[in-house]
Parts: sequence; C-alpha cells; structure tokens
Amino acid sequence: MRVNVTVNGEQRQADDVWEGESLLFVLRERLGLPGSKNACEQGECGSCTVYLDDVPVCACLVAAGQVQDREVRTVEGLAEGDRLDPVQEAFVEAGAVQCGFCTPGLVVQAHDLLSRVPDPSDPEIREALAGNLCRCTGYEKILDAVRLAAARR
Amino acid sequence: MDFLRPETLAEALELKASRPDAVPIAGGTDVMVELNFDHRRPGALLDLTRVPELRQWSDGLRIGAAVPYARIIDELGTALPGLAMAARTVGSPQIRNRGTVGGNLGAASPAGDTHPVLLASDAVIEVASTRGPRMIPATEFYLGVKRNALEPDELIVAVHLAPAAGPQQFAKVGTRNAMVIAVCSFAISLFPGENRVGAAVGSAAPTPRRAHEAEAFLAAELDFATPKPLLDSVKREFGELVSRAASPIDDVRGSAAYREHALAVMARRTLGWAWQELLSRKNRGGEQSCA
Repeated sequence: MRVNVTVNGEQRQADDVWEGESLLFVLRERLGLPGSKNACEQGECGSCTVYLDDVPVCACLVAAGQVQDREVRTVEGLAEGDRLDPVQEAFVEAGAVQCGFCTPGLVVQAHDLLSRVPDPSDPEIREALAGNLCRCTGYEKILDAVRLAAARR
Repeated sequence: MDFLRPETLAEALELKASRPDAVPIAGGTDVMVELNFDHRRPGALLDLTRVPELRQWSDGLRIGAAVPYARIIDELGTALPGLAMAARTVGSPQIRNRGTVGGNLGAASPAGDTHPVLLASDAVIEVASTRGPRMIPATEFYLGVKRNALEPDELIVAVHLAPAAGPQQFAKVGTRNAMVIAVCSFAISLFPGENRVGAAVGSAAPTPRRAHEAEAFLAAELDFATPKPLLDSVKREFGELVSRAASPIDDVRGSAAYREHALAVMARRTLGWAWQELLSRKNRGGEQSCA
C-alpha cells in the first residue's frame, strides 16, 4: 500500500508498504531517516520514540497505515538547519552519550518533557524517561543533560 | 494482508462483520508486538484510531474503547481514581500515550492492569456488531487466558463505569515502577452508601477475578455509616480471603506462593489506605480533623 505522511514538516510518500509494517520500518528503510533506532521492537526500550501528532510514541508500535495523513516528527526534525536543539546541545555537553543508540529516543522524549514542563523536578525527569533504556551511561549524565537543557530554556 | 481504515463506528462494524478475521488495532502496543515478532499474521488490520466515537468519554461515565491511558490519567483521575491509578502503572509515558482500556480488554491478558479495577468497580463493557449493541458485565467478560466474551463480528466500543462512590485503590507488584507486567495486582472500591466493597485480583489466576468471599466478609464486618479505625484482625482476614480467591501459577515473573503472599499484603494495605480516606472524609464532613 501507499502511505502519505508529513515527516518533519515535509509531505512524504512511501510505496510498497506492507500492511503489517511499523512506522519505524517506514522511517528507517523507506524514507531514509535512520535517526530513530530499532532495538526491541516491542515498546520496551524507547529508542524509536518519535512525535506522532505532537505526542511521543514508540514508532515500532505504530502501524504504518495509521500515520496516513498524520504528522510525524523524528529526532532529525528537532534541529534547525545546523543549529542543534538545546536538548541535543545539552546531551553533547553533559556527555550524556556513550554508544549513542538510545540517544535519539531520549532526546525526543526529553524534548517533549521540557515543552510541557519547563522546569521539571528530578522525579518528573525520571518518570518521563522511564520508558527509555540506556545500557551505557547509568543515566546520571542523561539527567544532567535534561537539567542543563531546562536551565537554558 | 489488508489495512482497513474506517472513519465511523458504523463503518468499522460493517468491516468487522464482513471480515471477522480482521484484528482491531488502536494503540498497537500489543498487536504490533505480535506482528513485529511474526507471532501473528492476520488477514487484515482494522485501524480504529480514526473512529471518533471510540475516542470520546462522556459524563456518567461512558469511556470510548480507544481513549488512551494518558487521557484517563489527565482527565478522569478525580471521577475514576482507581482506573487512573492502574493506568499510571501501564508501561511508560510513550505506551500510555497510545495504549487503551479497549486494548486491555481485547487482549484479555490475565495480567492486564485495568482488569482488577473494572471488576472491583462494577464496570460494564459495551460491545457492538451490525446485529446491535451488547452490554457485558466485567464479571462475565473474561473467559480464560487471553479469551474474552467477544464474538468474531463484534468490537469493544466503550466501558461504562460509574464515578467513584467512595475511596478506590490499586496496587501492583513488579520489579520496577515502569515497563512492568504485573507479577500480581489488586484493586479495591468502596461503596459506602451500599455498605460494601468491590475487590479483585489480577495476574493470579487464568483470568482477572473478583474476590467474592473477601467482599462479603468486609460487608458484614464494617460499618460504613459510622466508620471506626480498622482492626488489624479485619485487615489480616481480608488479606487471607483475597489470597484464597486467586489460583496462581509459578512462572517467569514469580512463584504461586509469592503471589499468594503478595496479594494478601496488597489487599491489607489498600484496604487500610481506602479506609483511612473514608475516615478522613467523614471527619472533614463533621468536625475539623487534626492537622
């Protein structure tokens, strides 16, 4: 089937999409947007977190056909040109990235948190990021990055 | 595989009638996992996310089957504290943004988080087909492990749940707060006007299950009109009766013995919290309570 969807502000079209395919597969394999990572394929790890109509979701759990005529924003759509989003900058500066696999999902999820709660408490940050697994950092630097991004807003 | 995309409930029911093999999908948090792992290859997916009737709730309360958990938490926490508490324990923020009570009911996993609340709160499940609607009490909805009372041409349309008549509590055991399938869970709803409680266990039997004897014990033992502090012996006996209502198994998440023990503990504690809330409500209504 064909899927028409707005991705990062651009009207996109994907052809020969299998009806049981996930949004994540469409993004990575058909639209050339490999920022969202494919790790668990069951919503456990948060590495594929994207905005769907401004709500963060696991792209692996959205059927491709469900995004027809909807708006998706991926980690690739956060920066403005060469200027990184403040959340991305904070992740770089705080050293919140090691292997980097979880980073796109964490960045999108943290981006959503800060757009709703400009000055989150630590429990609020932990709750917001509870569905994003990182196996390298131990999370402390990630919390630092979110606090840093919040302080700069 | 076909991808069916109805825009109205009537259209969705027509499609389900003509394609009983179509698997309904809303949040996708269960269905997509099965597809991603090749555990399921249905003839069609029936996307319910564009059916407005399923995404609304109304006073009274009738909650559309495809209202996501996040909205139940944000919008219905006061009217339905038990359901909101259970919804808060589902998965992660991303999962709660997508997952729905209708999906919980459709999957009918014994471990589904909202089931004990629906049972303890006398919920009624509204299902429909082109033959017409059908109201199924939650107590008659769960038939077995991942089996429910739905006919092949029917869809889950809504859950009917009266606004809380009294304090409600929910508790769940797992290895961490987020992303946990319940080892076991428990819900209690107080109905002070009727001098009774609803109590139900999750993830501790082939289906979620009401604890009838435990409910009858409290109805006989407690005076809701002029509540006194709870006796430890009452809490303990209630816990034992709740535990006996379950028939758990040993599995990867926990042993049967642990589940029986944990259910008794959760029942005791949640009863204590709910009763305390009832006492302080009465105090506030009458004389001033201590700060």
